[in-house]
Amino acid sequence: MPHAVTFQKVSRHFGSVRAVDAVDLEVEAGEFFAMLGPSGSGKTTCLRLIAGFEQPTSGHIEIFGETAEGVPPYRRNVNTVFQDYALFPHLNVADNVAYGQMIRGVGKAERLRDAEAALEMVKLPGYGARKPGELSGGQRQRVALARALVNKPKVLLLDEPLGALDLKLREQMQEELKTLQKALGITFVFVTHDQGEALSMADRIAVFNHGKIMQTGTPEEIYRRPKTRFVADFVGSSNVLSPAFTRRLGGPAEWASLRPEDIRIGAEGGHEARVTGSSFLGNATRLTLDMAGEKLTVLLPAGSAVPAPGASVRFSWEPSALHLMGTET
Amino acid sequence: MTAAAAPGAILPGRGGLGGALSDAFWRNPKLLLFVMLTPPLLWLGIIYLGSLFALLIQSFFSIDEFSGLVVREFTLKTYGELLRPSNLDIIVRTVTMAGLVTIASAIIAFPIAYYAARYAKGRWKAIFYLGVMLPLWSSYLVKVYAWKLILAKEGILSWIFAKLHLTPLIDGWLALPVVGGNSLSVSPTGTFLVFVYVWLPFMILPVQAALERVPTNLLEASADLGASPRQTFSHVLLPLALPGVIAGSIFTFSLTLGDYIIPQIIGTSHLFIGMAVYAHQGTAGNIPLAAAFTVVPVVIMGIYLWLAKRAGAFNAL
Amino acid sequence: MRSDKQSRTPMGLKIAAGLGLAFLHLPLLLIFLYAFTTEDKSYQFPPPGLTLKWFAVTWNRPDVWEALGLSVRVASISTVVALVLGTLCAAAVSQTRFFGRETISLLVILPIALPGIITGISLRSAFNLAEIPFSFWTIVLGHATFCVVVVYNNAVARFRRVSGSLIEASMDLGADGFQTFRHVILPNIGTALLAGGMLAFALSFDEVIVTTFTAGQQATLPIWMLEELVRPRQRPVTNVVAMVVVLVTFLPILAAYYLTRDGDQISGQGK
Repeated sequence: MPHAVTFQKVSRHFGSVRAVDAVDLEVEAGEFFAMLGPSGSGKTTCLRLIAGFEQPTSGHIEIFGETAEGVPPYRRNVNTVFQDYALFPHLNVADNVAYGQMIRGVGKAERLRDAEAALEMVKLPGYGARKPGELSGGQRQRVALARALVNKPKVLLLDEPLGALDLKLREQMQEELKTLQKALGITFVFVTHDQGEALSMADRIAVFNHGKIMQTGTPEEIYRRPKTRFVADFVGSSNVLSPAFTRRLGGPAEWASLRPEDIRIGAEGGHEARVTGSSFLGNATRLTLDMAGEKLTVLLPAGSAVPAPGASVRFSWEPSALHLMGTET
Repeated sequence: MTAAAAPGAILPGRGGLGGALSDAFWRNPKLLLFVMLTPPLLWLGIIYLGSLFALLIQSFFSIDEFSGLVVREFTLKTYGELLRPSNLDIIVRTVTMAGLVTIASAIIAFPIAYYAARYAKGRWKAIFYLGVMLPLWSSYLVKVYAWKLILAKEGILSWIFAKLHLTPLIDGWLALPVVGGNSLSVSPTGTFLVFVYVWLPFMILPVQAALERVPTNLLEASADLGASPRQTFSHVLLPLALPGVIAGSIFTFSLTLGDYIIPQIIGTSHLFIGMAVYAHQGTAGNIPLAAAFTVVPVVIMGIYLWLAKRAGAFNAL
Repeated sequence: MRSDKQSRTPMGLKIAAGLGLAFLHLPLLLIFLYAFTTEDKSYQFPPPGLTLKWFAVTWNRPDVWEALGLSVRVASISTVVALVLGTLCAAAVSQTRFFGRETISLLVILPIALPGIITGISLRSAFNLAEIPFSFWTIVLGHATFCVVVVYNNAVARFRRVSGSLIEASMDLGADGFQTFRHVILPNIGTALLAGGMLAFALSFDEVIVTTFTAGQQATLPIWMLEELVRPRQRPVTNVVAMVVVLVTFLPILAAYYLTRDGDQISGQGK
């Protein structure tokens, strides 16, 4: 079985800006793949390269083993859920969902039946006669999903699909998307800047920065064993320790990542630091520590005693929690 | 199609000329742009700009005084002719009229635009909008004709003044030099009134657009900082509305500069630029001088537009 | 006290705005009154009596019908040309970012921004230079040139609303360029084009300044009226024609307004 999507040294330049810079990428068939990164990191351009809205400046793209560069979007068996949903305002919901089949010449009765089935799948049965303007944001999102899935694409692309929804709805949709993907077995590639979303939904994640992929791996790998300072900081805002600081804490002279929740505060052992601030987060409390000019963030689980700012505390961690990232980067 | 064996990741093309063209346009968006822009650019660039340019060139030709034929040799003689006192009179008269019409339009337009932008709501807003649009778009000649009816000696204006026993007021005004004349319909006053009437909507719309763009909270902020409504008006609203007034003045000024029908129908025998152009190209057959005359409003408008652009008026268009 | 000032309209403003609107509309109403006057030698007010007979007289005037026919034909063809050129221009300007789009906008607006007499005399002298005789088509040429801008303005405003992602969504769902145009772009800009076309028709139907230079001996309805204005011969017939012209131009304006009111407004600068 070939990979769902393969990038070989793919670059996309806009003038002098290298939006995507010699990216190699392999998405497995049937997996839920996340492209994570800050805005302007090239993740959305990669998605658009797969969809066919952009053409690579150089490099080679394959979709299920077939060459994709030079193929227009309407000839790719790939569908997209757009960030702004891009529902056609002049068509009702059923005609929006049936649009792809209408273009392919599927008869009216058949395509409307398929559209209704797709709407049922996204839990909007009977909404076919409404206009997109009459729907809520969450409902539009489901329609956009149905409109893409009804074509049974080989790959479904999702561009920040949950960005415009409020927190509660977003968590619910995350769950549903995951269930849907497992049930349909379609390869999902989705773009997000929200590391929590990527960690909770994806089978594998590619972390982007400055047009390059910094690291690809399972959520566990990305979180536990970040390869670079950027990944450590961007995914879960870890404490990134300089080689000098790592040495002072008893490790080798290498860059290191120490997760805030892995640090324990106690009366004895470990190292001494001063508390410079604390903020209550509901399920935890975030402390900032200062150890002779070096800053550390600590997450205390709910219910722990919170030392007052200015107090002197001792902190320690399990040896396995300190993740080393080499001397470079 | 759905019943067929599972299709691959890349689908075959639709085929045919449409499919091939569509693929070509997708691969090369510049080609599509070229195809879209060629017809309008040919039309406007070649026919229109070409004609304008040909006209400009002819202003550098001259006319042979004996044969009356155009001599196609480069000369500035025609421009020398343009600067004769009698022709300068025409230019000064036209520009003065355009300036006065613009000022009057701005004064009359402002309350209408201000009311429509800030106070009219819902249905009244629509009524105001149509109330400006309908006169704007209704026939230019009919509007001029209406004023011929109004300003005629036996017309409604004289009748009203007679009823109010104010006829001496009109007679006194008409007896004045420069602005007066035999009757209102053959006086510069009449010409001025018709110009203001016909171009007024062109002033209202951009001013209204500019006023509508002033966020309400800006006015509230001004009031909050202790400004009286009058101070808010003169220090906040008026400066922000100015680009709209300038945008409107481009229309009123330019339209007055080039018009030759209104002063011909309602006005004295003194020429305006448009009438001079018409006379020189028509009966006199002096195309070079007519062309040189048209350069005057173009140059004036060029300077005006440049100044307006610097004042940021184009955003209000 | 501040909120009072906000919500209550100052009386002086109300009066000034009302007087302004009255100034705009009373002259047009007067046209309606004069169409019924019995007086046929002068513009006497108030009319000595009212009659409907001038409508019948006008109805039987072949020269009026001829001029009307020419105007309608010129306006129709000019509108079609302006629709094609204006839409192409608007599509190019709004769908792509390219060097020189400001220049294109300026070029489209120029025939309206420059005084009509300049457009007129330029075209006339160009016809002379190229030895093109005056005809139906020389009138259309001039009219289409300045009608492009109204279609362009309406279409550009609407194209802006047809966001780029709608076109991408259509292509993503399998529609090629032509299918996308037919199924997505056209339905979304249709009413704007219709409105633009109606305004272009009204603009052409009414144009006189450029027409005097490009018509030769032919008389459109405005040319016919202009002759009556310069040398009044048939005052009552002119009165009736003026009233009909006002009514006829109101219809497309109202229609264009209703077509575009939810969303962008029809652009008023195109005249």
